[in-house]
Parts: sequence; C-alpha cells; structure tokens
Amino acid sequence: MMHRELDDMLGTRWRKPHFVTNPALRWALIVGFVAYLIAAVLTIEVDWGRVYEGLDRGWQFILAFTAPDFISRAGDIWEGLLESIVMTVAASVVGILISIPIGLGAARNIAPLPVYVICRAIVAISRALQEIIVAILLVAIFGFGPLAGFLTLSFATIGFLSKLLAEDIEAMDRVQAEAIKASGAKWMQWINYGVQPQVMPRLIGLSMYRIDINFRESAILGLVGAGGIGATLNTAFDRYEYDTAAAILILIIGIVMALEYLSGVIRARVQ
Amino acid sequence: MPVLEKSGAQVWRRRTQGQSLLRWFGWLIGVAVFLLCWQRISETTTWFFVWDAPRIAEDIWTRATPPRWEYITQLGRPIWDTLNIATLGTIIALFLAVPVAFLAARNTTPSAWLIRPIALLIIVSTRSINSLIWALLLIAIIGPGVFAGVIAIAIRSIGFCAKLLYEAIEEIDQTQVEAITATGASRWQVMAYGIVPQILPAFAGIAVFRWDINIRESTVLGLVGAGGIGLQLSSSLNVLAWPQVSLILLVILAAVVISEWVSAKVRGAII
Repeated sequence: MMHRELDDMLGTRWRKPHFVTNPALRWALIVGFVAYLIAAVLTIEVDWGRVYEGLDRGWQFILAFTAPDFISRAGDIWEGLLESIVMTVAASVVGILISIPIGLGAARNIAPLPVYVICRAIVAISRALQEIIVAILLVAIFGFGPLAGFLTLSFATIGFLSKLLAEDIEAMDRVQAEAIKASGAKWMQWINYGVQPQVMPRLIGLSMYRIDINFRESAILGLVGAGGIGATLNTAFDRYEYDTAAAILILIIGIVMALEYLSGVIRARVQ
Repeated sequence: MPVLEKSGAQVWRRRTQGQSLLRWFGWLIGVAVFLLCWQRISETTTWFFVWDAPRIAEDIWTRATPPRWEYITQLGRPIWDTLNIATLGTIIALFLAVPVAFLAARNTTPSAWLIRPIALLIIVSTRSINSLIWALLLIAIIGPGVFAGVIAIAIRSIGFCAKLLYEAIEEIDQTQVEAITATGASRWQVMAYGIVPQILPAFAGIAVFRWDINIRESTVLGLVGAGGIGLQLSSSLNVLAWPQVSLILLVILAAVVISEWVSAKVRGAII
C-alpha cells in the first residue's frame, strides 16, 4: 500500500503541504479574511488632503530630532521627568510588596481554594483594566496629581507580577519544598526555605522588567492628569513645539534603554 | 562557612558579618529612596481630596449604576473601528517588522557594524514609546481620526514584533540553512526554504499575541482623538455621563477578554 502511494508520487513535482488541510475550510478562511480586510479598509475615512498637508509637519518633527531643545523648557521637563521617576519607584516598590502575598495566594499548590479564587480574581481584574482607564477613574476619585498615577501603577504591577509569580510557583520543584517540610518547618519557614529560593531569580527578573514597564506607562499617565512627564509632552505637542517634544521622547527612550540594560545585567547575575 | 560564636558553641548562619552589613546597608538605601519618593508624592497631593475619596467613589458608583444599556446601539461603529485599528495596525506592523528583524538578527544581517545598530535603534525607539504618545504625535501631524490610530498602533508594534522575531531568527537551526545552501540555492531561496519555515510558527504566534495587545491599546486610543471606542469614552467622561461610561467600560472589558481568548485559542492551535 505504502509503496503504491510512493510510486504514484514518483515523477510529480513536490508541493508544499498546506497549513489547513481541509480545502473548503482553507478557502473559507482566506476569502473571509480578505473580505474583512476590504471592508475594514473601506470604512476607514482618510482625509488625504489633510495627510498631505501633515507630511510637511511630520518632516519638521523628524528634523526636530536632529536638533532637540532641552533648554527652553528645561524646568518643566525636569519636573515632569522627576515626577515620573518618583512614581515609578514608589509604585514598583509597593506593587512588588503587595504582589508577593497575592502571588502566593494565587498559586494552586500552596493556597487553599477560597484564597486561590480571591487572589485569582484580583489578578484578573487588574489585568483586564488598562492603566490609562484605571488612571481616569482614580483621578476622578483622588484628584489630579501623582498619587493617582502611583496607585494606578501599583495596581497594574500587582496583576502582572502576581500572575507570573503564581505560575512560577506552580511550576516549581515539589521535592525541595517537601524536604523542607519534612524537616519540621513551620509555614513561614517552608515558604522561606522551600519555595522562595526556587522562584527568587525569576521574581527579581520580572520585577526589573516591571519597573521598566512602569516607567514607560508613567510617561502617558500625565495625559489624563495623573502626574508625570505626559502632561509636559502633551503640552509640547499641543503647542507644536516639536523640538521640546523630541527632547522629551529622546529622554524617555534613553531612560528605557538604560533600564533595559540594567535589568539585563541584573537578570544575568541572578540566574 | 559563616558561623556565629554563641556561648562557646558555633552556630550556622547564612552570611558573614560583612555580607549582612552590606545587605543591611543596601536595604537602608532602598528604604530611604522609597521614603524620599513617597514624600515627593505626598507633597503634591491634596490630602483633603484623598480623605474624601470613599465618599466620592461611592457617589460615582451610584451615578454609574446601572449602566445605560440602550446606549450600546451607538457603540457598534466605534467597536468596528477599534477592531480595524488593531487588525490593520498589526498587519502593517508585521510587514514593516519582518525586514527590520532580518536586518537586526546577527545571522542574517548584511552588515553587523552599520545596519544592525540602525535596526536595533528602530526597535528600541518604537518599542519604548507608548501607542498613546504615537497617537498624540500623529494627530498633530495628520489630524485626528481612525487613520492616525492605525498608524500609531502600527509604529508601536514594529519594535515589539521585530524584537521577538529577530530573537527567533537568531535561534534557528543552522544545519537546515546549510543543507539548503548545499543544494546550490540562491540567497533568496535559502531565505524562503531554510529560514522562513523555521520561524513561521514563531511569526504566527507573535502576530496573534500582538493583535491581542493591540485590541487593548486601541480601545483607549480615542482618549487622545485617534478613533475607536475610546472616543465615546472620553466624550462621555467630559459630560460626566457616568452610566454611559460604565457601559463603555463593560464593553471594553468584554473586548479584552474575547481577544485574549481568541489569541490563546489560535496560539494553542499553531504551537
């Protein structure tokens, strides 16, 4: 049987096997996708005249990157940047501290079911709401200023870090934890010597990554009045001060690159 | 082994005197920095508003419930726009990310000294700036609307997709490439038959993953005027129509959950 099939194939050209083997389904998917794309493109209203006018301004903006203006608004930029950094640091510290117990609670192999459900619910809520929406609500409740931004970032950190920490704990080596338990350790000691050493490198790596994200997010919270460099940036765009905007963007990119480099070094050291 | 003399007997301890002193000092600095940051936040906060917050929160809650369900009829078009922004943005980003990724990967870049740093710079700069900031910039350049949103999402996603893709390219199995080269294939044929099949699963995974993130991001782009459901959110917020706000938030939540589900399903099918 096998030979017959092979013999039949002799002399015919080799063809790539298709990804979706059922031809009807394959064509339905392709046609559906193309139809959607056409519909999507047709419903986008583009004012090409406006775009054409804008090209000039876009070019000016790109030129502004070659001559960024750090000086004339130095005070505002410094204030905004410092506020962003302050929010990032405070929110990362608080967020990481809170996310550790929640991460422990959200790991099925450690926590009892009721605790697990509550912690998973907190994680799900925090992850489903974007930072900017949380920031809008918190600004409405707590008033303008970095406190709202700080709370937003802390809340977002909890969702991110607890989930990944819980997944890491669930994937840990049970044997080591068991050994500690067998030596008669109390619960705290069990966590401290059986679980913590196993997840610590990843926790540090993830925390560094989250600090990086928090800084990037802190740059936009100012758009809704939650403090940070975003407000300054928004003003710069509104006033068409592209050189100042370029300066701020360069600073953000620089800090993010520095943070990424730092987190790379730290992760390489702990792992 | 660090030990502690205790009434003649030696007791095991984890760190030497110097190590624990160093750690203690590190913690001291950490706490000091945190307190300094907290002080700055606290200075710029109007604490009266914060003490008043529970009452305000309760007030908003009573205003926002129940959501104004009939408003959903006006949300069809914004949701369609949001979906289009995310999908078209992802597609454009993928088209742009593929060449950047090939230029950035160590094993495929034409020149490691000249072109690779440029590709890496593109990746870092597009990645570290939030899509809301890109939207803000594009609105200043080409005017508000869905088109600005699509381009903002596209630019923001280039760095993300290109980074993951070039890491996948660097991890390919070189022997397969060699085998194709040995058959006398040209540079492009090596690319098509030696490299592309190896990174295709990663590519598909990245595309779906980014699409999921883009759905989230495109729901809020409207806050700065770049189209989608965020536009309705911001206008409802401006007129303090809290029942509409709560409905929109529910819709956004549903969109996020559905997109995450779709992306998890598709990634499960591919990988």
